[in-house]
This record gives sequence, structure tokens and C-alpha cells, in this order.
Amino acid sequence: MTMSVWLPVGILLSSFIPGVLIFFQPEERHRLRTWLNLLGALVKLLLVGVLIWGVFHEQVFETRWTMAPGLEFVLHADALSVLFVSLSTLLWLVTTIYAIGYLERTPHRSRFFGFFSLCVTATVGLALAGNLFTFVVFYELLTLATYPLIAHKGSPEALRGARIYLRYTLFGGLLLMIGAVWLHTLTGGVEFVEGGILDQYTNLDQSTLRWIFLLLIVGLGVKAALVPLHGWLPQAMVAPAPVSALLHAVAVVKAGAFGIVRVIYDVYGVEFAAELGVLTLLGAVASITIIYGSLKALSQDHLKKRLAYSTVSQVSYIVLGTAILGPLATIGGLVHLVHQGVMKITLFFAAGNYAEALGIHRISEMDGVGRRMPGTTLAFSIGALGMIGIPPVAGFISKWYLGLGAVEAGAAAWVVPVLIASSLLNAAYFLPILYRAWFKSPSRPWPADRTAGCARELPDPLLWPPVTTAALALLIGLFAAAPYSPLEWAELIAGREYRQ
Amino acid sequence: MNNLLIWPIAVPLFSALLALLWIRRSTWIGVFGTALSLLVVLLVGRQVVESGPIELALGGWTPGLGIALRADGLSLLMLLMSSLVSMAVAVYASVYFSKAERRGEFWVLWLLLITALHALFLSGDLFNLYVTLELLGLSAVVLACLGGSRESLQAALRYLVMGLLGSMAFLIGVALIYAGYGTLDMAALADAIEAGPAAWLALSLMTGGLLIKSALFPLHFWLPPAHANAPAPVSAVLSALVVKAALYLILRLWLSLFDGVVTQAAAVILGLLGAVAVVWGSWAALQAERLKLMAAYSTVAQLGYLFLFLPLLTALPEGAARDVALGALVLLALTHGFAKSAFFLAAGVIMQRAGHDRIAELGGTARALPVTAFTLALAGVALIGLPPSGSFLAKWHLLSSAFITGQYVWLPVIAVGTLLAGAYIFRLLGYAFAPGEGVGPSLSAGREEIPAVLLALIATLLLGFWASAVWELLPISAYVGGGA
Repeated sequence: MTMSVWLPVGILLSSFIPGVLIFFQPEERHRLRTWLNLLGALVKLLLVGVLIWGVFHEQVFETRWTMAPGLEFVLHADALSVLFVSLSTLLWLVTTIYAIGYLERTPHRSRFFGFFSLCVTATVGLALAGNLFTFVVFYELLTLATYPLIAHKGSPEALRGARIYLRYTLFGGLLLMIGAVWLHTLTGGVEFVEGGILDQYTNLDQSTLRWIFLLLIVGLGVKAALVPLHGWLPQAMVAPAPVSALLHAVAVVKAGAFGIVRVIYDVYGVEFAAELGVLTLLGAVASITIIYGSLKALSQDHLKKRLAYSTVSQVSYIVLGTAILGPLATIGGLVHLVHQGVMKITLFFAAGNYAEALGIHRISEMDGVGRRMPGTTLAFSIGALGMIGIPPVAGFISKWYLGLGAVEAGAAAWVVPVLIASSLLNAAYFLPILYRAWFKSPSRPWPADRTAGCARELPDPLLWPPVTTAALALLIGLFAAAPYSPLEWAELIAGREYRQ
Repeated sequence: MNNLLIWPIAVPLFSALLALLWIRRSTWIGVFGTALSLLVVLLVGRQVVESGPIELALGGWTPGLGIALRADGLSLLMLLMSSLVSMAVAVYASVYFSKAERRGEFWVLWLLLITALHALFLSGDLFNLYVTLELLGLSAVVLACLGGSRESLQAALRYLVMGLLGSMAFLIGVALIYAGYGTLDMAALADAIEAGPAAWLALSLMTGGLLIKSALFPLHFWLPPAHANAPAPVSAVLSALVVKAALYLILRLWLSLFDGVVTQAAAVILGLLGAVAVVWGSWAALQAERLKLMAAYSTVAQLGYLFLFLPLLTALPEGAARDVALGALVLLALTHGFAKSAFFLAAGVIMQRAGHDRIAELGGTARALPVTAFTLALAGVALIGLPPSGSFLAKWHLLSSAFITGQYVWLPVIAVGTLLAGAYIFRLLGYAFAPGEGVGPSLSAGREEIPAVLLALIATLLLGFWASAVWELLPISAYVGGGA
């Protein structure tokens, strides 16, 4: 079965090769660059389709390569990888189209799209990593690929944001590596296995395992923006809109959250982790992050900053779902990995469109924007309602399962109040935006009207991505019970994790 | 076919003589001589891989009476590094020195330096090692002052004095050994040497001499000015290869020859000095205002990492774990060799184009010299120790050995060193990728820029994904005494 070996490699190469080729393209070869980007994205989508089908039918896809004694580079596709790979691949395609429209006629596009493709390669590598060593490799590569994207504009603020990002992530990567090495020396290798492996090592000292858990989670928590490690995220929003969209929806924060899910389910095993007593602490940190992020979001007038704090809060739903023992909470957390991505990318696309078309960066400038830009604002509204958790948008499903899971695990007493408080806060910081956009009339001229006199609100590559992802957020909420939906897939994973 | 071993020494030596006689064609002779040396090293490599270590008794005299050359896994790896790096540097130097008046002198000394390096890695005899060490030191000093500036002369003089001190100490140690055991052949000595005051004194003197040459803190002070003020191709080989030669000898002495004499306490002292070197060198690199000075301080720090391995190696019992740690040490040394030479070559390109190497004024480098900026980034990844470079794997095993032996004290050192390295590399990249006019418009890429980027790719990709070759070659040992 050579195909089972080559498919994971092919999925990586389908964005790596276009990325490398794009670096060498002169700035003005716009058309060739676009073709390379789209071809790579479509090939990846196709390969991922094969992967989904195969994993669903319990086929094994695995590539192994020994880099050094005891250190194997392993790509392995299980149900959890497929969830993250599909999300990244789909949103990469949409974001590439958006970025092509957004960055038209700006300098350094070859460099931008080169790193953009490398960033996706690293993300997909994280999803397919079959052991902790490979995960660390891609975790660091992701840092390297995103730094130039955040610094892209080259302005002092962009460089400052990128520097802060780098400080946090290099520190986090180092802690993760130390934790991984420590665990490696104790066990002789850490493969990701559904249900975890550490409960088999009965001779290991439990307090050592707790320390290692702390190192791993703090290392991952930097990218997942757990409070108090979140400081880089609001600073990183100086990046161009497509980068923010990808960073908040798939690449960086999701890499951290996905890593936490991996460590708990496939290294420690959720039951063993609960036995060690480390989940309670993690649940508490996640709850604090959820509330704190929402509170901070309330006081931001800058639209992208408000969205950034909203990400801090929303990503911790995934962590919260992971920290609660029980299949229903697991489903809630995992499905939110996808739902949050689709909804948040819509919001960032829309924010980029407001800035691009009318120069709007602040919420106080948004009065009456709904009439001027109905498509964008409709997409934004769907995303925002989903974030609050209003049915039938996808966000409702996540919160529903999280709540059910908390009840099932007997943790309802503290989880449900957190969920309710956070939903109220979400409503408090999103609904006023919707009110301003739809029901107020413009009180003053737009800050920088670039589309005056145009027949449509925006060119197609800018308008359609948010509309598509908004429709997707609605559809995966409406048809959550359909086969191959994120919810079905999360149930499949939960079933496999709790089989023991 | 054992005569093969003479060629990696003879080819560069004869090329040097030829270059001296035919000075007008010295550039061609230099580049082809270097290429031919690389070729014979590859032939030696093939034979070592196929049929194990090679020994050649010069003139037919048996070792002990005569002089032996030996090639095993460790010497082969060092030979491969030095001949590949010197090949790339020679191509670069053919452009760098194309208009220089003194290019004839450069090429003669260059080929002598390669001769000395190759002879050093192949010698199986302590006195011979002293001779090669002296030849290496002298040719390196003269190369370092080819720049001709006042600072470079001063730095080279200091380099000369320290180098001589180091060689003298080494020679006294060799004499003590000869007085005690009546032979200088390393294979024979590996079995004969036993712990005792004489062996102790000899080891201390030889190690002390080599520590000066490998610039371990606090004996490093000669290195930054000498490496930073030399012409770029010379800096590249000084930092990448010449200091590694001394380190190679320390490994041979500690692990094969004196493995029964070495004590844990001595190893810990060297480890502690290495730890100070890591932190202090990285800090100084972060403060450096000039690119080449930054690279030189970074060398001090990276050498410190290599000495961190010594207390771990002596604490590990002979066996798999120790072999893994030794391989990691060698891998780190190799990766640093390729990455640092790439770094210095890139710095040379920038310096020739911009006329200066002040880091804060490097804005616009990425636009004017994209390949060179990319080289700095790639080499930087290897210097920090990020994946997929060889140093990432080496650091993983360094951390791992620290956990296995319970020597947790090195963990914070490695962590701080890594973060500081990240800080100085990204500080540089921040300036290099910022807009600006610090570097003039791009004229050409090619013979100047390509060798550096290839070296950087070897450090970050080849030594990452194909690193296991290091662990496969190392067990091919010509010395029974130890793991290497």
C-alpha cells in the first residue's frame, strides 16, 4: 500500500511546493502566482477528500522517517487529524482567494504568499503529526512561518507586534520541547494513540507526570492564548486581514488548542489525566480565560482588537470541553474547533472588508454600514450571532454539547454559569455592533471611502469569502446531524477515544 | 588501497606548492585543488563506509616506530565537513579576492590550511598532531591578517600569541606521555594509559592548550576580534573549522586515550565553563553592533554548548545512551560548522555591497540581496536550534542526556542560551527585512551568494532529515579504548 504512505506526504507537499515556487516568482507575475496558489489548494482539498474517506473506513495512513536515534518523524492520520486537516484545507482555499483580492497592488506579494503557504503546511503538519516529537517540529515551524506574515507591513507597529509574538512563542516552544524531551526519556517515545498511553506506565512517578503536563500545557497555552499567556494575540492583529483571519481561525491559536487536545486525549488519556487531577486546574484556567477575554472585548472600540479578545475567550471553549471528563463535553470541545474557525474567519474577513472599502477600523465608525455594505454585514451578523450561540448557527451546537457534557460529568455547578455568563457577555459586545450597523444611520462621512460610485459594494474575491463562510456556519449548524458533518465527525472521535 | 589516506593531505599540499610557483594562476589552482581534495575525501569516505576504519603506516614502518594515519567514522565526518565547507568558501573566495593584490598569498595559505586540517583529522600519532596543530595555527594567523587593517593585525598578533601558548602546552603534555609510555601512537596509548599523576598532568596540559585554541570561556577573548576582523572567507573557515579541530582533539583525548583518567569533576568544570560561554557569548552577540562581531560571539556561545556535553558523556555508562549523546555532540559541531560558515559568507556579501556591517543600518538587505537575506535566516534557524536543523536534534538529545543523568543544572543554561540566540538572530532579521536603503541595489547573484545558501541548506535540511548518518558512521572506530 504505497498510497497509504504517500498520501500524508502529498498533503504536506501540496502547499509546500507551491510555497517554495512562489518565493522565486517576480512581483509582477500575478497570474502565475494565483494559479500556483489555487492549484495547490485544490490538490490539497482533493487529497484530503481521499483521506477523509479512508480514515472513516478505518484505513491506516502513515509515513515514518528516522531523523536521529529514537527520534522518528511520523505522519499519521487518525480521526482527530482529519478534523483539523479538513478545517485548515478548506479555510486555506477561501483565505487564499480573499488574500489575492485583499493584497492586490501591494508590495512583497511573492514573499507573503510564500510564507502563507508554508504556514498552512506547518498547520497541516501539526494535524498529521503522529508523535510528540513531530508535533514539536511543526509547532516551531509554524512560529517561523507566521512571524514574517505578522511583520509583513514592515511598519514599526507591525514589527513590534511580530517581536512580541516571537517572544511569547519561542518561550512557549521551548517549554513544550523541554516537556516533550522529559516525557521522551521516561517512556522512550511518545506516539499519539487514541485513548492515551501513559496509563500503561504504572512505574512512573505521578508528580513528575504532573510537572511534565504543566510544561506541555504552558508551552501549548501560549499559542492557544490561555490567560495569562495571551498577551501576544491582541498585538498580532496589526497583521493584514487575511493573516489575522487565518491566525485566529486555523493556524496559530488552533494549533495550541489542538495540541492541548492531543496531549490530553492521545498522550495522557483523558481518564488518566483526570486521575492525576490536572484537568480541574486546566478547566479553571479555561473558564477564567473565557470570562476574562469577553470582559476585555467589551471595552475595545477597535474592531479587530475586540475580535481578538473574543478569540481569546472562544478558543478556551475547546480547552474547557477537553478538560471536562465525558464524551459529550469532548464532542462539544472538538466540534467548536471547527465551528469557531468558520465563524471567526467570517468576522475577520468582514472586518477586513470594512477597512478596505470604507476605512472603518473602529466600532464607533460603523453606524449605518449595513445599508452601504449589505453582503459583508449580513455575513458579519451571522458570524456574530453564532458566536453568541443563537440557533441555528453552528456556535449553538458547541455550547449545547458543552452544557450537556458538564451536566453529564457533574460539573454543571461551575461550567453552566461560565457558559451563561460568557454568552451574555458575547451578546453584550456583539449586539451593539449589529445594532449600529443595521439600525443607526450614518452620523458622519466614512473615514476613507474607496468604493464611492462603484456598482457593487466590493470586488468578488473580497465579498464572496465571508459570504461563503457565513453560509457554511449556518449550514453546519442546520445540518449538524448529516453524515460527515463536523458534529458527526466529533462524535466519531469521541467514540474512538472512550472505547476503552 | 590503503595508500588512499595520503591523498587528502598530499593533494592540497601539492596544490599549495603549485600555486606558489605559478602565482598568476593561483585562483584556478586554489579552487581546483580544493575540489580535488573534496573528491579524494569522498573516496576515503566510501572505503571507510564499505570496509571499516583504514590505517596507513607511512614509509612502511610499523606504528610506534613510524607514523600512522588513521581514518575512522569520527575523522571521516570531520573531513567531510571541512572539505565541503572549504569547497563552498573557495568558490566564494574566488570572487572575493578576484581583484585583490594579495590573492596569490591567500591561495597558498588557504591550501596549506586545508592540508593542516586534513592531516590533523587523519593523524594517529600525538607528535604528528602537534605538528599539524602548529601548521594550522600559523596558516590561520597569517590568513587572519590578510585584511591589512590595524585592528586585524592587532587581533592576529593576539591570536598568534595565544595559539603558540596553546601549542606549547600541548607539546609539553606530549613529551610527558612519551617519557611515561615510550610511544606516541594513539592506538597503542589507548590501551596503555592508566590513571596516575603523570597521566593527569599530561592530560591537563594538553587539554589546557586545546581549550585556548577552541576558545572556551575564559580563554575566548582572542576569538571575537580575530574572527570579526579577518576577510569574510577566512572568518568563515576560522569559525567553522579551525576551532573545531581543537575540539576534535579534545574528544579524541578524553574519550579514547584518557578515558580511564578523566574524572567526573574535571568534566563538570569544563561543562560549567561551557555554560558560562553559552550565556555570556549569546549575551555579547545580542549587544554586538556589527554583524561579523555578532557571528564571532555566537561562535563562543556555540562552542560552549559542545563543552556542556562532556560532563554528560562521562556520567553516562558506556552503551546506547552514551553513543547517542556523542553523536549529538558531533552533529551539533557539524551543523554549527556549516551554518556559521554560511553566516560569515553572507555577512561578507553584505559588507562588500554596503561597505559596512552595522546591524542597525542593514535595512533593505532583503530587497537588494534576497538570497543572502534568506541565507542569514536559514543559518539563523540552525544557530538557534530550531527544526528542521541538525542542531535541533542535537539539542533534543542534549536535553535528553541531562534528564537521563539527572544533571538538571544544564537545563536552564540551554533554555537561556536558546532564547538569547533567538533574540540576536531575529534582531538581525528584523533589521535585514525592514525597508531601507542601507544596502545598494542588487547587481548579481551567483558565485557570491550561492555557496553560502548551499551551506545553510546543508545545516538546516540535510543535517536535519539525514542526521542518522552521523550515528551510523561514529561506531566505525579505529581506537579500541572508547566509543569514538
